[in-house]
Amino acid sequence: MQTLLFLILFPILVACLLLFVKRTTSRYAVVVLSALAIGGASIYLLMRYAFEGAVYFAAPSETASLAMVAIEMALALFIIYMGAKFRNYLAIGLAVVQAALVVYLEMTFSENLHAINNLFIDQFSIIMALIIGIIGSLIAVYAVRYMETYHHLHPEVRDRQGTFFFVVFAFIAAMFGLVFSNNLLWIFFFWEVTTITSFLLIGYAETEEATKNAFLALVMNLLGGVAFIAAIIYLVAAGPASGGIDLAAVLASGDAAIILIPAVLIGFAGITKAALMPFSSWLLGAMVAPTPVSALLHSSTMVKAGVYILVRFAPVFAGTLAGVSVGLVGAVTFVVASAIAISQSNAKLVLAYSTIANLGLIAACAGVGTHMLVWAAILLIIFHAVAKSLLFLGTGAVENRIESRDIEDMEGLIVRMPKMAVMMFIGIAGMFLAPFGMLISKWAAIEAFVQVPFGIVFVAILAYGSAVTVFFWAKWMGKLITVIRGVEQIEKGFFEEPWIPLYIITGLVIAAAFLFPVISSMLIEPYVLVIYGVTAGLAQTNVAIMLLMMALLLFLPLSFALFRKSAKRLPAYMGGRPATADLHFEGSLGMTREAQTRNYYLTTCFGEARLFRPGAAVCIILILASWAFAGVAL
Amino acid sequence: MAFLKRSPWILHYDASSCNGCDIEVLACLTPLYDVERFGIINTGNPKHADILLITGGVNSQNRPVVRNLYEQMPEPKVVIAVGACAATGGIFRECYNIAGGIDKVIPVDVYVPGCAARPEQIIDGVVAALGILEEKRERMAGGARMKEEAGETT
Amino acid sequence: MNRIMGAVIFLILAPLLGGLIAGIDRKITARMQGRVGPPILQPFYDVGKLFEKEKVVVTTAQNFYILAYLIFIALSGALFFAGGDLLLIIFAFTLAHVFLVLGAYAAHSPYSHIGAERELIQVMAYEPVIILTAVGFYMVTGSFYVVDMATTTIPVILYLPGVFLGLAAILTLKLRKSPFDISTSHHAHQEIVKGVTTEFSGSTLGQIEIAHWYENIFLLGIVYLFFAWNPVIGIIAVAVTYAAEIFVDNVTARVRWQAALKSGWLAAALGIANLAILSYMVYGGA
Ligand code: SF4
Repeated sequence: MQTLLFLILFPILVACLLLFVKRTTSRYAVVVLSALAIGGASIYLLMRYAFEGAVYFAAPSETASLAMVAIEMALALFIIYMGAKFRNYLAIGLAVVQAALVVYLEMTFSENLHAINNLFIDQFSIIMALIIGIIGSLIAVYAVRYMETYHHLHPEVRDRQGTFFFVVFAFIAAMFGLVFSNNLLWIFFFWEVTTITSFLLIGYAETEEATKNAFLALVMNLLGGVAFIAAIIYLVAAGPASGGIDLAAVLASGDAAIILIPAVLIGFAGITKAALMPFSSWLLGAMVAPTPVSALLHSSTMVKAGVYILVRFAPVFAGTLAGVSVGLVGAVTFVVASAIAISQSNAKLVLAYSTIANLGLIAACAGVGTHMLVWAAILLIIFHAVAKSLLFLGTGAVENRIESRDIEDMEGLIVRMPKMAVMMFIGIAGMFLAPFGMLISKWAAIEAFVQVPFGIVFVAILAYGSAVTVFFWAKWMGKLITVIRGVEQIEKGFFEEPWIPLYIITGLVIAAAFLFPVISSMLIEPYVLVIYGVTAGLAQTNVAIMLLMMALLLFLPLSFALFRKSAKRLPAYMGGRPATADLHFEGSLGMTREAQTRNYYLTTCFGEARLFRPGAAVCIILILASWAFAGVAL
Repeated sequence: MAFLKRSPWILHYDASSCNGCDIEVLACLTPLYDVERFGIINTGNPKHADILLITGGVNSQNRPVVRNLYEQMPEPKVVIAVGACAATGGIFRECYNIAGGIDKVIPVDVYVPGCAARPEQIIDGVVAALGILEEKRERMAGGARMKEEAGETT
Repeated sequence: MNRIMGAVIFLILAPLLGGLIAGIDRKITARMQGRVGPPILQPFYDVGKLFEKEKVVVTTAQNFYILAYLIFIALSGALFFAGGDLLLIIFAFTLAHVFLVLGAYAAHSPYSHIGAERELIQVMAYEPVIILTAVGFYMVTGSFYVVDMATTTIPVILYLPGVFLGLAAILTLKLRKSPFDISTSHHAHQEIVKGVTTEFSGSTLGQIEIAHWYENIFLLGIVYLFFAWNPVIGIIAVAVTYAAEIFVDNVTARVRWQAALKSGWLAAALGIANLAILSYMVYGGA
């Protein structure tokens, strides 16, 4: 239990310390050391608890709970203050409603608000802790230099790096708290803290756009928060049959009909946090934040909290129409967001859309909730966190160097920033190609969906979804590896982020593909086994073939040596006009012109304007349907 | 082995022809003459082509194009000049803008006479070109072998 | 052991058979157009010739991707004839095509770039049908393994007529035949010069051609699976399907990419309708 408490409390200490560290070098030292401590502790956690199944701890509750309520009230006041300052009355209203509900809960049911075990750890929590502890702290390390460069390139932004890192570490603490809590009130508390930290970090630049988007994120997440607290009130009010505020007890409750309504409400909170449609706009808006924030909060961890809670409730959803509806929200989000990603050329928006899409896929798995799908969902969480954080950090590093986040401007990155291009290439491959992780999960998901009623709907959506996914990733990949001539290498720069985090994460993408059988058998399968009594996984031979493909891919680049010699180089064919290698050709009247290549965005078919509204409408209907089904089941 | 003569792929370029020869070239592809019988394909891409077949003479506008197309073709390759224009400038020879035949710009291996050249003649020209193509291939293979041997000894 | 034999036989025989089919295809096409046509062995002459030519590149990297393309196409075909998991095979197949596209991108040439984009549209158009085919087989035979699909005694085609029609539609796409040969055509006639293969020449182009042969045999293998309960009917069905493809190739004109994409996705919708009815029968409406 000490490790758990350490992981929750230590980042808070670091956060407070960082508030007062002004120099970049010393900040860097502090962040690196605490990253090592946090990363180390999460790995220790793995070794200590991996084989023990779920372990519950009766952590001190009275004072902690009291402190949490106090902090919640303070946060509500803070939101009201910010809302008043920026005249966002919706935020004020939601904060008031939420605070009122909390007070109501505390007043009316004060004697029922005790969970015996406030903290717990099981394999799923370990996985989440590893993601937060390793990926999260690597991103924090990367962020130190990144922010320095950021302020150099954006002199107009007020330098509040002290606050920035305070919030980042407070967020890490909250994430640990969220995945270790067994007390729903605690989970709710940490949930709200992540909402506020996200709000603060999105608004970091203090521009009008940043503030507007920060409030958008805040309002949508508060909406989820209201649903969350409503669910808790419902559970407590329903009496002992529901399991009260003890997560494990709720999930184990025999009365499926009673807990379905809170499950759907908490699922709704998850949908808002995971930015599924129709709430996807907040995540897109969040891309105005500095890139490490996007990597940390908006792809690898915080939004994962949304699907984390959905996957936790998957056994409740399993076999219910309400669950299918929640799953369909995810599935529709998956296909629509993937399709819209085709029309985007801003790298961060592509990443954002793909994040939304993958969260949707995870939600689809969780909503239908069979054992195989939970297996696939957890695998997706892991692979997505690793590959996507790499892509975000890579995009950030490239942006600082070429001062653009447009994919078109990344053309020929393999020549200009070879190391970076290779890392991003691997990251993208990790997102959609066999034998990398995401694809394994998609594969498992298809196999699993076939076996459930209504599964064919999901399979169909997945089939279209994977097709469009291939399109938008492959064309980005193509841009990266285009060999252009006549440009300088610009990898070395004046401001250099430490690339070690990037190297490590790249290694993790590859390692995850190699080690996924181990991860699966050590952590995911036992977790699934305990809940469903059956376990899932891929057949041995297929695993072997995947590993073989992986090895083949790693060795193939060696064949470059074959091609180095004895090939004659000619410029590209330009319709017979004499052209240089950098695509300048002799146009008419003796003028030299440049040919440029641009990717297809197919905006008329896949544009945001065309797809968002229908997608959002369908998702709203599905969410309402999930409530209706849950109500009917009662 | 010599597959080259069994599979000559042609790139047809209309330099400044009156279109008379072009029609005859295309006639070769029709069922009546059907040059695909000999594995001849009319490709549109110099990087895939073995034979550059040009109709019409050279003028200042197409001079760089002719050279570029020639340079874009991988070895071994041959050039066929079809029609009087491609050979010498033909009926347009005296025009202010015509520099003359194709051989003013690139080496020509086969000249097909006629105004316009008849399909039979064009096919004949291609067959003649195949012999030259084969010679060039052997020379190239020999050269490569020699280079390799030289590389081994040094 | 049997399975490894299947893979090895595929690796050795598929190029021969694929080349032969390509030769017959050209002959039949010529006859349909009232021509004599090239010798049956013409495709082999062509590829042999390509290997005799000089190596010319825009950038050396482009050849690497094509080698990877060839290897992964061969690998997915080999896994197929070894009786492996059809979904895994499909993913390896997609990976291979991504390599082809990347090769075209690497060359940084306007024409091959357009070819690459259009090839990606093709991938996007056919992918849903291919996945649905695998799912359909699972629903009928209860297994994702090709070995079980090939040895089933169920006449799969009777359960999956819609999926089969969908597959036949995208087969045109995959065989690079009209009306869907939008990224590059198996004929000499050009599509925005030569699409995805524009910048490849010599032995690299030869490798693309061989990969295409492997691919065709693999695809015809999938067609066969629909009729696998009776090998004779199976082989006849494959021949008839291919003949129909040639016929369609010769009587249609190329469409635009929008139409190709729509057709591919409509074909998938047909497959979905088929599977929906099937799953209704299996689950009895629940
Ligand atoms: S040779 Fe005669 S037919 Fe041919 S291009 Fe010249 S003028 Fe025309």
